[in-house]
Amino acid sequence: MRLNPPQGLGKDATAQAAFRAVFHVRNTRPVIALEQVSYAYGPEPLLTDVNLTLAAGSFYFLTGPSGTGKSTFLKLCYGELKPTTGRVTIFDRNVKDMKRDELAIARRRMGVVHQDCQFLDHLPLATNVALPLTVAGRGNELDDLSALLAWVGLGGLADALPPTLSGGERQRAALARAVITSPDVLLADEPTGNLDWDMSQRLLALLVELNRMGKTILVATHDMNLIRAAKQQVNARVLRIRDKRLQAAGADL
Amino acid sequence: MARKDGPTDRIVPQTGHTAWLTSFTAGVMVFLAVFALALSLAAGRLAERWQEALSNTATIRIAAPPDQMEFQTQAVLNVLATTPGVAEARALTDDEQQKLLAPWFGADLPVEDLPLPRLIEVTSAGQGFDAEGLRQRLSAEAPGAVLDDHGRWRQPLVVAAGRLRLLGQVSILLIGGAMAAMITLAAHAALSANAQVIRVLRLVGARDAYIARAFVRRFTLRALLGAGLGAIFGMLAVALLPGAETEGGFLTGLGFQGIEWAYPLALPIAAAVVAYVATRLAAFNRLRGLP
Repeated sequence: MRLNPPQGLGKDATAQAAFRAVFHVRNTRPVIALEQVSYAYGPEPLLTDVNLTLAAGSFYFLTGPSGTGKSTFLKLCYGELKPTTGRVTIFDRNVKDMKRDELAIARRRMGVVHQDCQFLDHLPLATNVALPLTVAGRGNELDDLSALLAWVGLGGLADALPPTLSGGERQRAALARAVITSPDVLLADEPTGNLDWDMSQRLLALLVELNRMGKTILVATHDMNLIRAAKQQVNARVLRIRDKRLQAAGADL
Repeated sequence: MARKDGPTDRIVPQTGHTAWLTSFTAGVMVFLAVFALALSLAAGRLAERWQEALSNTATIRIAAPPDQMEFQTQAVLNVLATTPGVAEARALTDDEQQKLLAPWFGADLPVEDLPLPRLIEVTSAGQGFDAEGLRQRLSAEAPGAVLDDHGRWRQPLVVAAGRLRLLGQVSILLIGGAMAAMITLAAHAALSANAQVIRVLRLVGARDAYIARAFVRRFTLRALLGAGLGAIFGMLAVALLPGAETEGGFLTGLGFQGIEWAYPLALPIAAAVVAYVATRLAAFNRLRGLP
């Protein structure tokens, strides 16, 4: 991983080298890389000079106050947004050079859990969860769908329509949809926002399990308890957006 | 394309108003197109009939003093008898001339007492006769004879019928264009209404072609259904028009004859093709603007 040193390091070359030595993961192919990336919705940039290399098999948390650009950062990571300046690489391809179909194919290797958990409201939950397989022409790989729904606690709701689900159920369904293809990387935006502690722990266990299988995990969250719990189970690193820049979080996490 | 509600179709929710709008538009447009087609075909037949009938006949009018009338009539008939391309020539009798004038002067007109010109009906054969050469010979043999080959009023009628046929063809094209525009608007409305569906599909890795296919299939099938009904009702309406009577004039000839009844059946296919192209263009155009 490569990211911006904390501001406290200043221009101390030794400190910066040590920082890079700690966070740089060698001998692994980057899944997603951001180089000198900035993004602006208007004249004022929301993110600036963002550098990060997500290595395969790594586990990250992204935290920071609301409105600092966590969701924007995730959207940059899966190509929904293109950087104002700088370069975003997904699976070794510059997003700006990718055709729309290439981006779609790349997204089949990525699971994304949105904060707002959007679904096709007219289709049953099971169909929604299976959608990534369906659009990829892999509908015949649906054997484990009921087991997956049961695992996220939605076993009895396979035929339910998304608008009838609670916020927590929608988040669990979004998570199931994100992992059904066994993606190489999972990006989750506040995935436990509407979950109770028990369900958050189950979700964390799933993320840890996926990470141990070699999947790259990036979770944007406010939930410090979740982060602390994760750090006890996996070598998770914590990033923070501060002053429009991406930084490594302090040792308190 | 004909498979109904396959997996791809179901990813787009049923939207009642655009479905109804597309089918209704296609139906009405094809209904009108059936009439435009009938108009075009009838105008074509009319132009051919006028061209054929009028080009085969001519009239020679002899205006001469009474004492020379018989002589000049015979001279004209003699000239016509030796003119290549003339199949038949005969002088109209007094009774026939009286019938021609009756609508204007009444049945009791004393034709024999009036200095009316003598009319000679000429029927041409094959490629017809050389009108200019005939005029020169007539002026030498019968100075009072004037040849009217109907060209003065035949040509405008034939041109008018041709224009009418062109109008029908242009109408079909305009109807097709209007249908394409309406279906494009309906497709855009459906794409806008389904922005969330499209976003979710893009999020899970659906390619543009996959998303577009769902809309294209639905709109094409709707257009085909509406156009089929429009064609059936249009053909029924044309069939119920009054028949083509000899004295009925142009309008009663509006319709299809023989194999022409098969032509309207191609209109629903054309409508489906228009819908397919319009929706596909609209879908890809809209999708290109989305992340």
